[in-house]
Amino acid sequence: MSMFQQLMAKPWAADQGKLDDLYAGGASSRLAKKLALRVFLAVVTVLFTLLVTAYGGRMVYEDWRPAPQVNLLWANTLVLILSSAALQWAQYSVRRGQMDAMRVGLLAGGAFTVVFLFGQVLAWRQLAMMVYFDVTNPAIAFFYLITGVHGVHLLGGLVAWGRTVAKVWGDFEVAKVRQSVELCTVYWHFLLLVWLVLFGLLFTGNNLDLLLKLCGIR
Amino acid sequence: MAYVAHDASVFAPPAEVGEMELYHPKTWLGKYVWSQDAKVIGIQYAITAIGIGLVALVMSWLIRLQLGFPDSFSFIDPSNYLQFVTLHGMIMVVYLLTALFLGGFGNYLIPLMVGSRDMVFPYVNMVSYWVYLFAVLLLVASFFVPGGPTGAGWTLYPPQAILQGTPGATWGIILMLVSLVFFIIGFTMGGLNYVVTVLQARTRGMTLMRMPLTIWGIFMATVLALLAFPALLVSAIMMLFDLLLGTSFFMPALVSMGQQSEHAGGSPLLFQHLFWFFGHPEVYIVALPAFGIVSDLLSVHARKNIFGYRMMVWAIVAIGGLSFVVWAHHMYVSGMNPYFGFFFATTTLIIAVPTALKVYNWVLTLWHGNIQLTVPMLFAIGFIFAFIHGGLTGLFLGNVTVSVPLSDTMFVVAHFHLVMAVAPIMVVFGAIYHWYPKITGRMLNEGMGKFHFWATFLGTYAIYLPMHYLGFLGVPRRYYAVGGTDFIPASAQSLNAGITIASLLVGAVQLVFLYNLVWSYFKGKPSGGNPWNATTLEWQTADTPPKHGNFGATLPVVYRWAYDYSVPGADQDFIPQNVPAREVART
Ligand code: HEM
Ligand SMILES: [Cu+2]
Repeated sequence: MSMFQQLMAKPWAADQGKLDDLYAGGASSRLAKKLALRVFLAVVTVLFTLLVTAYGGRMVYEDWRPAPQVNLLWANTLVLILSSAALQWAQYSVRRGQMDAMRVGLLAGGAFTVVFLFGQVLAWRQLAMMVYFDVTNPAIAFFYLITGVHGVHLLGGLVAWGRTVAKVWGDFEVAKVRQSVELCTVYWHFLLLVWLVLFGLLFTGNNLDLLLKLCGIR
Repeated sequence: MAYVAHDASVFAPPAEVGEMELYHPKTWLGKYVWSQDAKVIGIQYAITAIGIGLVALVMSWLIRLQLGFPDSFSFIDPSNYLQFVTLHGMIMVVYLLTALFLGGFGNYLIPLMVGSRDMVFPYVNMVSYWVYLFAVLLLVASFFVPGGPTGAGWTLYPPQAILQGTPGATWGIILMLVSLVFFIIGFTMGGLNYVVTVLQARTRGMTLMRMPLTIWGIFMATVLALLAFPALLVSAIMMLFDLLLGTSFFMPALVSMGQQSEHAGGSPLLFQHLFWFFGHPEVYIVALPAFGIVSDLLSVHARKNIFGYRMMVWAIVAIGGLSFVVWAHHMYVSGMNPYFGFFFATTTLIIAVPTALKVYNWVLTLWHGNIQLTVPMLFAIGFIFAFIHGGLTGLFLGNVTVSVPLSDTMFVVAHFHLVMAVAPIMVVFGAIYHWYPKITGRMLNEGMGKFHFWATFLGTYAIYLPMHYLGFLGVPRRYYAVGGTDFIPASAQSLNAGITIASLLVGAVQLVFLYNLVWSYFKGKPSGGNPWNATTLEWQTADTPPKHGNFGATLPVVYRWAYDYSVPGADQDFIPQNVPAREVART
């Protein structure tokens, strides 16, 4: 039943009572984890939307100075795509019962993520060395802030990833591992998507107009 | 969320619901300190919140002493005064009310009322409390650092919040912001639990529309909090950057104390937008649980079903949605495009519609009810009064032309205290009197309770009604002293003195309440399992107080909504939610 239909129900009416008695209840912790991840992703979406909006709002001021380009970000983006792809591979394998392939995918996903984070730190340092570097330039400050927040979310993901990896050796319950892999994969795809949006809109320099239009500012 | 096939002849056996594995602690510490039982966590939250709330109460006395009797207290200087105002507001709104309603009542009531053994992620739930406690300790620590706590006002507006010259401009504000960051992290852990438990762990037969309104209110408030707190998180982090790393998110180029600051080009308005994008939903984060709980108190103690249950649910949902599009009514004086102001004034008036509907429904629930003037009922009625008064002044303030002259006066202080301090606190008290018997197995003393109610109710009116008038006169808020101001007559001072006396008395009366809590724990009348003859599941537990796992061997099965009071034809004037139709005694 859709949420809307549920909200239309008249719980005091006898007919509705018969229907409601059929509701079996839910206490499955598997569904709970899935739902919890979705709710969490909604929270994270709000967080990044606010950051992007703040960036866009600041950008319309006349004194806006775009941040210099850091070309390393293109490579980092590629690595992050690879990490997502590796996890997708892990998920595909665990669903087909190919545990070795799943392990490879999982480990590769984590490794690419670590490389990505390392690359981001490198990008930070490159930017800090440039002549244009100026902490009071909001574009630069936003760059550090937003990439930092994104990185922290990946680090958090790595914790969950580590707990999954710890589970996949020796005897394990396939259903549980499968769910952990699936949840990791969703999270990674989500953070990749966030990154692509951030990178495309904010850090490649030529999409300012688009962003402002999206935010309804111009 | 599956529906089982219906076969009317065979009643489905109970507890077909998947049982959850509970963590069973072995030691006393594991049971009462590092507990993963939502009930214990709820009580931990409540005690911590009330404890820090008392600190904020003491600060309100100090504020009032200064306003009522200026120049009489050498230990209150202008800096202290601003620090008291700031910490009073911040603690009351975030660390007391938010934590108490969601962490306290949410934890205790959600699993019990939806028929679950515990929250879905008990471990995360436990961590949530400890992170909250850590946030509180950081806040307390800010009293002891050089410069003391921040005095920037609970809204923490930059640039002044982090400029030298504002009290606590270095350590105080750092600790405040870091504490908020931890509060939000802790809350998010708890909040995920509350939302998922409500959506995913309800017992058999407990459809969404059979849930008591208490759960609806807490649920929706949690959703709001999950979506609104990120704005505060972002602004806290950005302000920390500005302060510690020298960025200029919020800090414009300015000259402070004769020095050109190193900042350039930041936007203070950006902070205000972020803050109020959190701040307005925050007022409903506090209000919605109160709305929900008060609906149940009224229904139980008037022995009547709640009037317009569906409408009440819809109103909660509608208010939740609308509260994200009204934030700029707090910024009418910050300078904005007039169309902007028009938009936000309109949305503000629209949100008043579902709010008013709720008020009508509460009153109609009382209409022709079999009203029991128990202490919880008294507090519930007190809530209706305070909320109507505060809501009406909100309507005035929602209009730009009225709000601009009244902004930053005592009128605003009176508005938001009635609507978000007095009204929710009335519900907190009502709820404690109502559920204390379930938590402890004993009733709170009724005589002390009635005294507590009347003194608090009349006392708070004595404080806040005259404050509106001071606002009309133009008495500003957050001022240490108004000095010789021509437009403020000298008589305003005597009014202020009277308000101070009333507030000290109201404060003192709360000691009676605390005493009652302790006294009744040992000497109160034993309550039995269901002293109010209520229908909801928490009153039908095998043990009172409920043991770990809440419901004994089998989970309850729900056969009706939460409001079967005074059903025609039934022998008793209430039918618990877990009683099937064939077991209802009729004559
Ligand atoms: C129909 C309902 C309401 C309307 C139309 C309304 C409108 C307003 C407006 C326009 C202001 C800004 C006044 C100014 O600064 O000039 C305001 C302030 C405030 N309102 Fe309300 N309000 C309503 C309900 C509530 C509720 C339910 C709460 C809390 C539970 C609340 C809490 C506050 C607070 C805390 C402030 C002051 C914030 C500050 O400046 O520090 N209001 N309200
Ligand atoms: Cu508001």
